[in-house]
Amino acid sequence: MTAPVYNFAYLDEQTKRMIRRAILKAIAIPGYQVPFASREMPMPYGWGTGGVQVTASIIGPDDILKVIDQGSDDTTNAVSIRKFFSRTAGVRTTTATREATVIQTRHRIPETPLTEDQVLVYQVPIPEPLRFLEPRETETRRMHALSEYGLMHVKLYEDIARHGHIATTYAYPVKVAQRYVMDPSPIPKFDNPKLTDCPALQLFGAGREKRIYAIPPYTPVVSLDFDDHPFEPYRHDAQCELCGAADSYLDEVITDDNGSRMFVCSDTDYCETRRATGKGAQQSAPATEHRS
Amino acid sequence: MTGTDERPLLTIDGLTKWYGRQLGCRDVDFDLYEGEVMAVVGESGSGKSTLLQLLSGQMEPSSGCVVYRQRDGSIADVWQMSEPMRRFLFRTDWGYVHQDAQLGLRMGISAGGNVGERLMAVGWRNYAAIRDSAKSWLDRVEIDSNRIDDTPRTYSGGMRQRLQIARNLVTAPRLIFMDEPTGGLDVSVQARLLDLLRRLVADLNIAAVVVTHDLAVARLLSNRIIVMKAGEIIETGLTDQVLDDPSEPYTQLLVSSILPV
Ligand SMILES: Nc1ncnc2c1ncn2[C@@H]1O[C@H](COP(=O)(O)OP(=O)(O)O)[C@@H](O)[C@H]1O
Ligand SMILES: [Mg+2]
Repeated sequence: MTAPVYNFAYLDEQTKRMIRRAILKAIAIPGYQVPFASREMPMPYGWGTGGVQVTASIIGPDDILKVIDQGSDDTTNAVSIRKFFSRTAGVRTTTATREATVIQTRHRIPETPLTEDQVLVYQVPIPEPLRFLEPRETETRRMHALSEYGLMHVKLYEDIARHGHIATTYAYPVKVAQRYVMDPSPIPKFDNPKLTDCPALQLFGAGREKRIYAIPPYTPVVSLDFDDHPFEPYRHDAQCELCGAADSYLDEVITDDNGSRMFVCSDTDYCETRRATGKGAQQSAPATEHRS
Repeated sequence: MTGTDERPLLTIDGLTKWYGRQLGCRDVDFDLYEGEVMAVVGESGSGKSTLLQLLSGQMEPSSGCVVYRQRDGSIADVWQMSEPMRRFLFRTDWGYVHQDAQLGLRMGISAGGNVGERLMAVGWRNYAAIRDSAKSWLDRVEIDSNRIDDTPRTYSGGMRQRLQIARNLVTAPRLIFMDEPTGGLDVSVQARLLDLLRRLVADLNIAAVVVTHDLAVARLLSNRIIVMKAGEIIETGLTDQVLDDPSEPYTQLLVSSILPV
């Protein structure tokens, strides 16, 4: 049996050039959705084919790749994408945020601050933030072109009217560089403040919808809101029961059949690193803080 | 500009629309003044809807122009404006009431959101203020403000039409276009809507162009009337005069309800 021969990082060079041109255009117009000729990838849509194509187009032999799925390095999705690139590109992979040069993510931004030497690649299911209110593509494009974004606030208005507060907790819309309204992909709104003024390049790839967009390093990104209902990042009022972190995004995990639950960091690398350096729930829990 | 400006608000000159080789309307001229209500009547296919779409900047004419006097007194040809300007005008200074409320409303959005949309589009960012304004507009169109968070799906036909009107009037437009605003409603519901429309248009001194096949609607709402046939204006004048004493045989037939409408 002979192993199939792939081009470096699976995609052929011409396809990568096409995608890189789309990426360059996206970087030149922060937040603008650039159409691209998305290719079939050897994995189903919903598995991050947009992100995989972006990663494949920017990764080089010296890069070190990290892949996370909702903050975790070891879900099936994250593992198989990591394997895909180590097989097709022979690149080193890592779970350590600090060590990675390219990080592909589904639905989270790592807790560890990113640097200028890193690129964060988001897997995007639905790139169009106006879709929910205006299904016509011709119309949403015109709205972007003319900066007609009143409708975005209608969505937030509806939230407040229904729930008393802005109940959007994921994919919370932002305005990039004072111009384009953008869907940051389904990251929790807790992560929204990390989008702005970020030293790392942020690239967004939507495979099924054939769109690429970008936030260049150090770009201002503002979460939309009302004067009397300002944007607030949400986090469970608790500490991680494994590492004691009081500043990280927490997942609620059910621990037995009796419905016992605990809060743990969603970012597994962040949590493990803290524990490895001697931080633990007992040691670091400040005496003044209690979980409610 | 201060005081009253005597110049027309809207000046229509030689407005013509061809759909390929099919004529939509031809050589339509008229002036519309502030606070004036103009009815456009004629049998089905006579070009009423075509004309309304041309007037309201939704469809580009084959030839002719629509000139609008803006709030600052300057005069602008609607089709010479940039698209953003035209769309802005459409969302602020103008209103459009569709016969089919589903076209004029966002059916999945609450009544408050429907009314507030134009305010948010022009930059309102205070939730409480938007909501207060929406409430007061629901009140003015006789919709119980307890229904502010319900979607128009749960509204009756008459309520939907009134909601559409509130949604348009919230930015205090100077000019409103209506295509068969009472079409498809029960007679008693029609009467209430007409009464409301007449009061609002008068109170707010809004100019309006109302397309209707119903001469009773024209009589109740309008000061002047345009009678169209096969895409052209065949008669125009003060509504009461034209309807009481039509000079054109076609208008006479229309008034005596012999023509299909
Ligand atoms: N989109 C279109 N394409 C081709 N012909 C059209 C179109 N819309 C209207 N027409 C034609 O233009 C004429 C005027 O139609 P319309 O303005 O809808 O009249 P009304 O509203 O008075 O019934 C009719 O002959 C109609 O068939
Ligand atoms: Mg019509």
